[in-house]
Amino acid sequence: MEMYLYIALFAPFVGSLFAALFSASPKTLIAGIVPSALLFVSFLSSLVLLIHAMDGNTVHVEMMTWMAAGDLYIPYGFLVDQVSATMMMVVTIVSTIVHIYSIGYMDHDKSFNRFFAWLSAFVFSMMILVMSDNFAGLFIGWEGVGLCSWALIGFWYHKESATWAANEAFIMNRIADLGMLIGIFLLYWSTGSLQYDTVFAQIGSVEIAVVTTIGIFLFIGAMGKSAQFPLHTWLADAMEGPTPVSALIHAATMVTAGVYLVVRANPIYDLIPDVGYFIACLGAFVAMFAASMALVNRDMKRIIAYSTLSQLGYMFVAAGLGAYWVALFHLMAHAFFKALLFLGAGNVMHAMNDELDPFKMGGLRHTMKGTFIMMTLASVALAGIFPLAGFFSKDLILEVSFIEHHYILYTMLLLTAGMTAFYSFRLVALIFHGEERYKLFGFHPHEAYKYMLIAMSPLALLAVIAGAFKMTYFEMVTKVLPMTEYHIHNPTVYWIMTIGTQLFVIACILYAYRKYEVAKEDKKMEENIGYKILWNQYYIPHLYDEYVAKPYQELSRIFWKDIDMKVVDATVDMVANVFYKTGEKTRGMQNGNLSSMLQWMVVGLVVMLALAAVYSIATSLVAG
Amino acid sequence: MFEAIAFYLFAFLTIAMFYITVMSKHALYAMTALAAGMIFISAFFFMLGADFLGAVQIIVYSGAVMALYAFGMMFFDSTRELKEKTTPSLLVFGLGGMAALMTVIIVAAPIVSNNMTAAYPIVEGVGNTQAVGMVLFTKYLIPFEVAAVMLLVAMISGIVLAGKKMDVSLTLVEDDDLPQTDKENKKAES
Amino acid sequence: MEIGLNHYLVLSTILFAIGLLGVMRRRNLLMLFFATEILLNSVNIAFAAISHFYGDLSGQMFAFFVIAIAASEVAVGLGLLVVWFKRSGSIDLETLKSMRG
Repeated sequence: MEMYLYIALFAPFVGSLFAALFSASPKTLIAGIVPSALLFVSFLSSLVLLIHAMDGNTVHVEMMTWMAAGDLYIPYGFLVDQVSATMMMVVTIVSTIVHIYSIGYMDHDKSFNRFFAWLSAFVFSMMILVMSDNFAGLFIGWEGVGLCSWALIGFWYHKESATWAANEAFIMNRIADLGMLIGIFLLYWSTGSLQYDTVFAQIGSVEIAVVTTIGIFLFIGAMGKSAQFPLHTWLADAMEGPTPVSALIHAATMVTAGVYLVVRANPIYDLIPDVGYFIACLGAFVAMFAASMALVNRDMKRIIAYSTLSQLGYMFVAAGLGAYWVALFHLMAHAFFKALLFLGAGNVMHAMNDELDPFKMGGLRHTMKGTFIMMTLASVALAGIFPLAGFFSKDLILEVSFIEHHYILYTMLLLTAGMTAFYSFRLVALIFHGEERYKLFGFHPHEAYKYMLIAMSPLALLAVIAGAFKMTYFEMVTKVLPMTEYHIHNPTVYWIMTIGTQLFVIACILYAYRKYEVAKEDKKMEENIGYKILWNQYYIPHLYDEYVAKPYQELSRIFWKDIDMKVVDATVDMVANVFYKTGEKTRGMQNGNLSSMLQWMVVGLVVMLALAAVYSIATSLVAG
Repeated sequence: MFEAIAFYLFAFLTIAMFYITVMSKHALYAMTALAAGMIFISAFFFMLGADFLGAVQIIVYSGAVMALYAFGMMFFDSTRELKEKTTPSLLVFGLGGMAALMTVIIVAAPIVSNNMTAAYPIVEGVGNTQAVGMVLFTKYLIPFEVAAVMLLVAMISGIVLAGKKMDVSLTLVEDDDLPQTDKENKKAES
Repeated sequence: MEIGLNHYLVLSTILFAIGLLGVMRRRNLLMLFFATEILLNSVNIAFAAISHFYGDLSGQMFAFFVIAIAASEVAVGLGLLVVWFKRSGSIDLETLKSMRG
């Protein structure tokens, strides 16, 4: 089993190195095919490990010592239990598909090889993140995915907006990572170890206030990576990257790392239900907040990004309420249909020459049949219609909040579910239905390559059937996660709820269709104050700009002009001047006259003697 | 009592002699005064019971070193008055005095105050020469040999430096002509 | 009146000061050598005195080595002086300005 573990872990790394070999040369098809093939190998190994884990086995290896200093001992240890096996499955499936898809998507890009080097490096980092058996390894993977995400968002670095978005993402993550690092330090400080098993065994004996602090700081890290409010702005801007990157990193894997962290640290969060409740509230708020922004946005990828944000909110609700397995389940299901949605959006972008405004599309279902079917499927799954994946996972979260008697959260999530359905189908209706508006703009859409569609089909299949694995999954994962079954005991309530939700969602879908089947610019609605707020993303980027960036810039200017120029530079100049002037003044000593040299020597002697005398007198006084 | 008289007498004489050495305008006077001062210094050595050292002082300084200086001065036009652009400034005297004062403070203070124990005590009932020999050829054997080698080196170097081209008076040729022999050699070769 | 160590040390210091004065004051290289001889001798007196008053022969030993060094210094120094005199016709310090920086 260890061999499979190493293969699963290192195959993407080898792929990345292989592609990196060609990174400076023009497009080489093999640089795309080899990493994809290696990822497929990684996927197969993960599958073996998953089957192994299903039987209740875990694989725990210690490759070598990483740090050993005093009491600190951190090995390169890897753990495949049911949770990480699930994550590995998700990561390898989605990334394999995205890799194959990218061969077609990045076909005409100059930096084809570089793209694959970074993409595989990302998968490797992600694998470290999920497979590590200690918090330090997790943190390394955490930073690794951050780095790769930075490189991939800013992949088209010649675009100013792309580099800006990349830096924004990186810096926001950095702020959050500091929180996480503090959390990890506190963990080490209070338990003396960073290994999961040791930490979780000892966390019970730690003072509850410390545990709360740890929980909060770790969650700050998770907030950054999973783009929770108020660090959410980077995710929408991260859509500057190539679409496969958005599908892999900003929908399926990296952004869910925060959820994974909370799930992984469940023994900690079990001790502090208050923090958990806060996480749930924040999750519900973000779910609604992001969904509302998606309602009006006119950028296809941003809509999907907000939808991701909203779904992450759902996951945090589940994780915060202690339903860790539900959170993980939604994470898995979401990864499938959201990646599918993004890849579909990528196809549409390709067809429309990178046009992102859905109002300029319409009627594409005739030319892009395959993409249309898949995106509709994904949207249905996202909306949570029976029997697709979203129904099982998302409704479960609704049920969890209902059963835990958090009715406000329940209501918020229900409303969000409606909004989700609305914006998803607003998008579908605008892109694929109605008049063929693109003709006005002179686009000639075409369907993507066959193999890209074939590559996407497993995701479509999974988006449809993932819900069927619910019970298998439940049995497997609860071997490590707290087993809490959520059943509404009153069948009447259960059926009313389920059917009611379904009807509500379907109503929203129909409304979206009706409203956007014929896309007309609704001037009256756009004048509305609510619309404006949503359109400007609640003015949050504006606020950040006004109250964080500008004062900071002002502060930096002050530091530059007043402190750096007047203090630091002046000091340095002064030091230089002192030497310069000293040299100027004392060069007279070097007149080559032996006699004056001797006189100077005597001066030096006298000075030395004086110093020695003072020193000896001082020491004798001290001693006396 | 005699000791005190002797000390002050010789101290006066030494200081006077050395003062003449330093201040005299005639090299010959200076050298003579130096030689006299050296001999007076050996008197202190005898007073201090360092008989051997006193003897050595007379032999080496007044004999060898002074003879060397005398021979050396034969090269230089030493009878004429030395035209020195001396600036006997206060600074020079001040510095000398200061240095002296400091040295006294530093050297004298710890020695006077601390009780030292002799590492190589003077052996009773043995003459100074014998005692010196016992220490010099045991503890200080290697420095002694090294000093001997050093003297040899100095002797050879003195001979080589001073004796080279004794027949050529370098002052009478122009500076440009100095490497003449090399140039001529080269010409001859070509 | 007892003559103690301090007397010798003071004498030694006075002689040293005279030597130092000569070193700083003299412009003639030969005179400079004389002044250094005075410096060395003043130190010798201090060594011998300390040796005597503490009953330790090390001081005398050092005085011997100082004498040896003084002798070799004179030999080498005079040799160099002769060479220099042959070249420049003067043993005045003012002619030694090739080290001007």
